[in-house]
Amino acid sequence: MSAAPAESPAEAPAEARKRDSRSLLREIAESSTLLIILAIVASLAISAVLILIADPEFRAALPYFFDRPMDALSAGWEAVSSAYYAIFQGAFWNTGGETFAASIAPFMQTLTMATPLIFAGLGIGIGFRAGLFNIGAQGQILIGATLGAMVGFMWHMPFPWHLILAVIGCALGGALWGFIPGILKAKTGAHEVITTIMLNYIALNLVSWLLSLEAFQREGSDNPQSPVLDETAMYPKLFGGQFQLHWGFILALLAAGFAWWLMERSTLGFQFRAVGANPSAAKTAGMKVSTITILVMVVAGAFSGLAASAQLLGTQPSLTIGIAGSIGFDAITVALLGASRPFGTVLAAILFGGLKAAGPALQVQAGLPVDIVLVIQSLIVLFIAAPPLVRFIFRLPTPRVVKEVAA
Amino acid sequence: MRLELRGITKRFGDFTANDKIDLVVEPGKVHALLGENGAGKSTLMNTLFGLYDPDEGEILIDDKPVSFAGPGDAMTAGIAMVHQHFMLVHPFTVAENVMLGHEQYKGPFKMLDLNAAREKVREISAKFGFNVNPDAVVEDLPVGAQQRVEIIKALSQRAEVLILDEPTAVLTPQETDELLEIVRQLRDSGTAVVLITHKLREVKAIADTITVIRRGKVVGTAEPSASREELASLMVGRAVTMTVDKTPATPGDVVLSVEALSVIDDIGVTQLHNVSFDVRAGEIFAIAGVQGNGQTELTEALLGAIKPAAGRAILAGKQITGLPIAEVLESGLGFVPEDRTEDGLVGNFTIANNLMLDVYDKAPYSSHGVLKPAVIAAEAEKNVEQFDIRTPSINLTAGSLSGGNQQKVVLARELSRPLKLLIASNPTRGLDVGSIEFVHKRIIQERDAGAAVIIVSAELDEVVALADRIAVMYHGEIVGIVPPSTGRDTLGLMMAGAHTEEDAA
Repeated sequence: MSAAPAESPAEAPAEARKRDSRSLLREIAESSTLLIILAIVASLAISAVLILIADPEFRAALPYFFDRPMDALSAGWEAVSSAYYAIFQGAFWNTGGETFAASIAPFMQTLTMATPLIFAGLGIGIGFRAGLFNIGAQGQILIGATLGAMVGFMWHMPFPWHLILAVIGCALGGALWGFIPGILKAKTGAHEVITTIMLNYIALNLVSWLLSLEAFQREGSDNPQSPVLDETAMYPKLFGGQFQLHWGFILALLAAGFAWWLMERSTLGFQFRAVGANPSAAKTAGMKVSTITILVMVVAGAFSGLAASAQLLGTQPSLTIGIAGSIGFDAITVALLGASRPFGTVLAAILFGGLKAAGPALQVQAGLPVDIVLVIQSLIVLFIAAPPLVRFIFRLPTPRVVKEVAA
Repeated sequence: MRLELRGITKRFGDFTANDKIDLVVEPGKVHALLGENGAGKSTLMNTLFGLYDPDEGEILIDDKPVSFAGPGDAMTAGIAMVHQHFMLVHPFTVAENVMLGHEQYKGPFKMLDLNAAREKVREISAKFGFNVNPDAVVEDLPVGAQQRVEIIKALSQRAEVLILDEPTAVLTPQETDELLEIVRQLRDSGTAVVLITHKLREVKAIADTITVIRRGKVVGTAEPSASREELASLMVGRAVTMTVDKTPATPGDVVLSVEALSVIDDIGVTQLHNVSFDVRAGEIFAIAGVQGNGQTELTEALLGAIKPAAGRAILAGKQITGLPIAEVLESGLGFVPEDRTEDGLVGNFTIANNLMLDVYDKAPYSSHGVLKPAVIAAEAEKNVEQFDIRTPSINLTAGSLSGGNQQKVVLARELSRPLKLLIASNPTRGLDVGSIEFVHKRIIQERDAGAAVIIVSAELDEVVALADRIAVMYHGEIVGIVPPSTGRDTLGLMMAGAHTEEDAA
């Protein structure tokens, strides 16, 4: 800290003024671990209040709170603790399970749910660090799933070649859908937020139209869904048939390792980071900013395409317009929560996978709407996007420029 | 109004930015606060202005202690500050900016009284000969005029103490002279002016009293009659040579040949017109001129950052115009950009990474697309040592360094590969005396090692001190190439467009 030059504090206002949207994005995307943990704590606390309000017994006990406060308090405690216990049971460990397999089943489901989020979150995180706000994972997943599904049900060949080609198909589809906003930005300056959102709609309607074609129709079905993919194109289950968890999860962990290596150890990732942090300096240093922009979007798209593979080749072996679920958007949250770092992204994806997996248990055990899970997710993001709010709640000191020195 | 600071101490954590500083500012005097970057001048003024609370000490106005909770209090008390980075709303007009924060209303509907603000601008403008149009939009004004708007704003609040924080850092030599004239007038009308600066020429030209600050302490006061050497050594804490030691150049073969280079910008304006010159190995070719006369376009066209409309440049027998930047750099060009924070460094990258920002894909920093962190760190340690970059660690961000040390990072990076040509734009802008000395020495070393050197500078002192030949640019053209012995007056006239030495004489 003694390293801080004397003029730093005085320069702070000038520095603050220089912060454009790019550096704001960086600040949000690279939040500190402490801030993230506090954001999760704060959002659980606020969600507790919402759970109280949603609980009929607590509301019933409230009018005579001053006569018999214990009624309201115990009802409230009951509601909140049973909700969070249900989330724990639904996401991590079923205490009522009779066998080890039954007990661990919720966690297996969590990891299965987390798999596509890890892939897509990694891609979005790479985009963040390169200064690109890629909202287009949803569309990239759809197009990736389309190509992967075509390989999966149109071609027939033995395992594992079929699987490998289907995975490559997914990645290629996503990469293609990332390439379009990339080249639009590089050549015309079109903002990627706008183009990727629009491409999401185009992808959705494109898939919807494709599913109306004869080539994509499942025999004997009127629903817009493709034929079921060959078993040879599917990820094998990781622990046999008792859990849904498949080898896509292992691939996702490998992908996280690759993403780390790409960003921290490769010269390409160095260029990604430099362009993201200061494109003018990157250009002056001889980096081709527009080429890098395209490459970043292609890489991000390919990761999203792999997320499609986790869905299509892992859990839902046919192409539908719902194949992407809300993964493309949840992954933005996951990347933010993971501070755009691969390790953080994996942890954040598992947390979100857990919240997703816990939805049914919450409804059945605690009688609460599944939407509470969405509220918790949204609150976490809200707090991460507003660091001063978290600092205010937990009375943390405002970081000065000196803080940035340590970062 | 007499302003006194008594024993002001301000600490940031363990760091003492101001240590028991005493200062008296008398009306009708210019008080210069002289010190290197980071000496604590700005902290002191921010404390006075109510932006920081002092840990110890007191502020007295006319011998009565006062305390300011914020800039508003200070302004009410008659203290105004013109910051180094202007605090103006760019899309607003001059009158709107002057009124901002002190709006006057008229009529039953409390309409903004813009006419009153306009009148105030005209009145002050006429009194001091500012020549500022109250209806001009601030972002359309040149930097010098924007500064005058800040001063008008201060005066419109009847400021009796005016603090100018590094006011000339962003000004051309002409604008600097104009500003000094304004300061003289303000002084004569009874305003107390505090001038924060590290530029000795200005201090000597205008100050009535000089207080020198080093490492947060007052190390002495001096008379304006003190020599530049005396002031500089007070500031730096050791003897400083103000002249640059260099032997006569021994020019070798032509290294860079620029032939009829022209640049037309995006909106069709010719920024560089038909510029031709040669630079030889072992000489420093300085390009002088008021900022914005085509120097930026010239250097960027040579780097390859902008495409020339016509003409070409040949570096050691190879045409570089039209090549991608990476290839131009590889051909032996070292490039120190004029804006180091914007173009020279990635602020939130580590010092180590900044030291290899344009050679990351070359041996020994990487091989086959894979970075070698250990080599990068070792090379960085070596550069930090050689270039005297003051930092406790190569893993701190470049943005956390002081300006002088940032510039050393850029220089270290560019000079640590074999160069045929070095282009340095305003290499010492915003640097303190000690760093300027160092940067000049390294540039001359590079010349003596046989590189051709182009220096672009708006500071005539620097041009005259370094150059073996001087080219003066005006409106995108070179108006003449003259020897460094040419008089400052002649150079000044050429910078204003007089065509050759003879015309100027």
